[in-house]
Order: sequence, then structure tokens, then C-alpha cells
Amino acid sequence: MSCGRMENKILGYVDGRLKEGERLEMEKHLSTCAACQLRVNEFRAVNVLLDELPMIEPSAAFDMRMQARVAAEPAKQSWWAWLTPSPRIAFAASMLLLATVWLGMRPTEHPVIAEQDLPVVDSADYDVISSFAPLGDLSQAASDDDDASDSTASQQM
Amino acid sequence: MARSDVQLMLDVKAGDEQSFTLLLHRYRSPLINFLYRMVRNREQAEDLAQEVFIRVYRAREDYVPSAKFTTWLFRIATNLALNSVRDNRYQRMEISLDAPVTVDSEDGDEKTMDVAEKHPNIEQHLVEETRKKMIRHAIDKLPEKQRAAVLLHKYQELDYGEISKILQCSESALKSLLFRAYETLRVELAPLVAQHGKS
Repeated sequence: MSCGRMENKILGYVDGRLKEGERLEMEKHLSTCAACQLRVNEFRAVNVLLDELPMIEPSAAFDMRMQARVAAEPAKQSWWAWLTPSPRIAFAASMLLLATVWLGMRPTEHPVIAEQDLPVVDSADYDVISSFAPLGDLSQAASDDDDASDSTASQQM
Repeated sequence: MARSDVQLMLDVKAGDEQSFTLLLHRYRSPLINFLYRMVRNREQAEDLAQEVFIRVYRAREDYVPSAKFTTWLFRIATNLALNSVRDNRYQRMEISLDAPVTVDSEDGDEKTMDVAEKHPNIEQHLVEETRKKMIRHAIDKLPEKQRAAVLLHKYQELDYGEISKILQCSESALKSLLFRAYETLRVELAPLVAQHGKS
């Protein structure tokens, strides 16, 4: 293995993340290459130095602020939620349905008129045609009325 | 037996708010530390961590356990941190055009209180603080993506597969990224590395 091919594997070797075969290959190379052995030692030193940085703790207000932000998030409703009515709407819809069914089930009540209340017309005694005046008489009567009204008007003048 | 991350997330999806609290407690500290080491500001790190958790919470209904929970969590965190670092850099550039140059004595480091009380040997304490500062500066000097790779590899102990998914690169690209990062750290920390070699 050349030093160039080692580059991408040095760090894996330092933190023990190489596969067994790769590790053995690396150790074989290191046993003959002082430069790469030095690089491995220096990377190990860098790794140890990085451990010296202290961790910080979340501030006391972090959780409270986080809870407040989560509580302020609007409740997310899925598209199907639109189809789920609220209890009030469900109640109102049920009442409407019941009322409709009740009205539909009721027997139909037509007004009943007693037979004795109806005027009885004997068709034999009542001749519809003859009861009307002839058309000629009607026009004459109308012209008579016109004459009468004309004479009344001339008298007034 | 403790429920797995995926199980907790599925329970959150089913409406169990308590499971979200458990996930929060499990990951708030690693997440805040990762973000703090990325952005170098505690307050900003906590704000970003809250944003990460809120995004997880908002996505609960669509959650499908196709990848490890930590991959998803740290992918959101890394994207937010990288954006924040870039925004901060532009802000600093804008400010530097108008404002006089000032020296930040602590460079955003945590202030140490009661030094004499906690550390009877002040000289030793100062040496330790100097070492920590050097290490912090060495990490800060890494390009953002290399820094994220080192933090996820070293402090979160995620495997190469997970980190490459988080950083959206191939595993071989990630190994190359990490090698370059460690090379930079080796050079930046040369005095400390040499001391370590002697001891």
C-alpha cells in the first residue's frame, strides 16, 4: 500500500473504525513507513487534544422556552380532518335528520269536507246554457248603458 | 427498556407529546454543544437548537423512519449552522466597513469565574486555558464543512455513512475532507502535538 492510498484510512485506523483486513494492511504499511507512522501518532495527539474541550450545559431557560414554542405551534389537521364534523355540527345534523325522518313518516292528512256541507245541485234543474243571456242582448244592454251615461254627462254640461 | 429514537418519533407522530419531551432531553445537550462549536455563541446555539427541535416537531406527521433519527436531526442542525455561520460572516463584513476595529478579548469563549477559588494553582489554570483557546481557535479556523465533519466525527461519534448523508457527500469525499481537516489541526496545534509526543 502506498502512502497516497493511506491518507483516507489513517483517521479510520486512529479511531479503530477500519475493517479487519484494512487494519492489517495498514499495520503492514506502518511497519515499513516512518512518515506514515509519525502521521498516525500526530493524528492520535490531535484526537486527544480535541477531548480537552469542555461541554456546555443547556441554560435553565432552554426547556421552558422550548415548551412554550411547542405549545404555540398550531395543532396540525390532516386533509381528512375537514370531513370530521365538530360535536356541535354533528348534533345539529343528527337533529335535522331526525326531524326530516319524522316528517316523512307522518301520514298525509288532506282536509275532509263533510258531504252534507256541500251544496247539492241537481243537474236536471240547472241548465247552464239557458241561464246565460244571449250575446246579442249583452251588447244591447252595454250600448244602453253608454247612452244613459252620455245623456247624464250632457245634462251636467 | 428505553425506547429507540425511531420508536419515540413514531409515538410523537401518533400524538404522544411526552415522547417528544424524551427526545428533547436525549438530544438537547449534544445538539447545543455541536451548534455551539459551529457558531461560537451560546445564545445563538440555543436558538438554533430550538429551531431544529421545532422543525422536527412540525414534521412529525410526515415522519417516515427511512434513516437514523440522528442523521435527520444533525442534518437539520448542520444546515442551520452553516447558514448561520455564513450570515454571521456577512454581518461581520458589513459591520467592519463602518465600525472601528475592536478586539474581542474572549473571542466568544466562556468566561471563567472565581479563578483563584477553583484553581489554587493559577499558573496551571492559565496554561490549561491557553491550551483550550488554541484548540478552539484551531477548530474555528477550519472551513465550515470540515469543521462540521470533525465535530460530527469526533464529538457525536457518528459513523462515516451517517456523516456523509448529513453533509450530502460520498464516503470517500468525507474521508478526504476529514483527512484535510486533521492535517490543518495538526499544523495549527503543532506545539501541543509535539508536547504530547514527548509526554
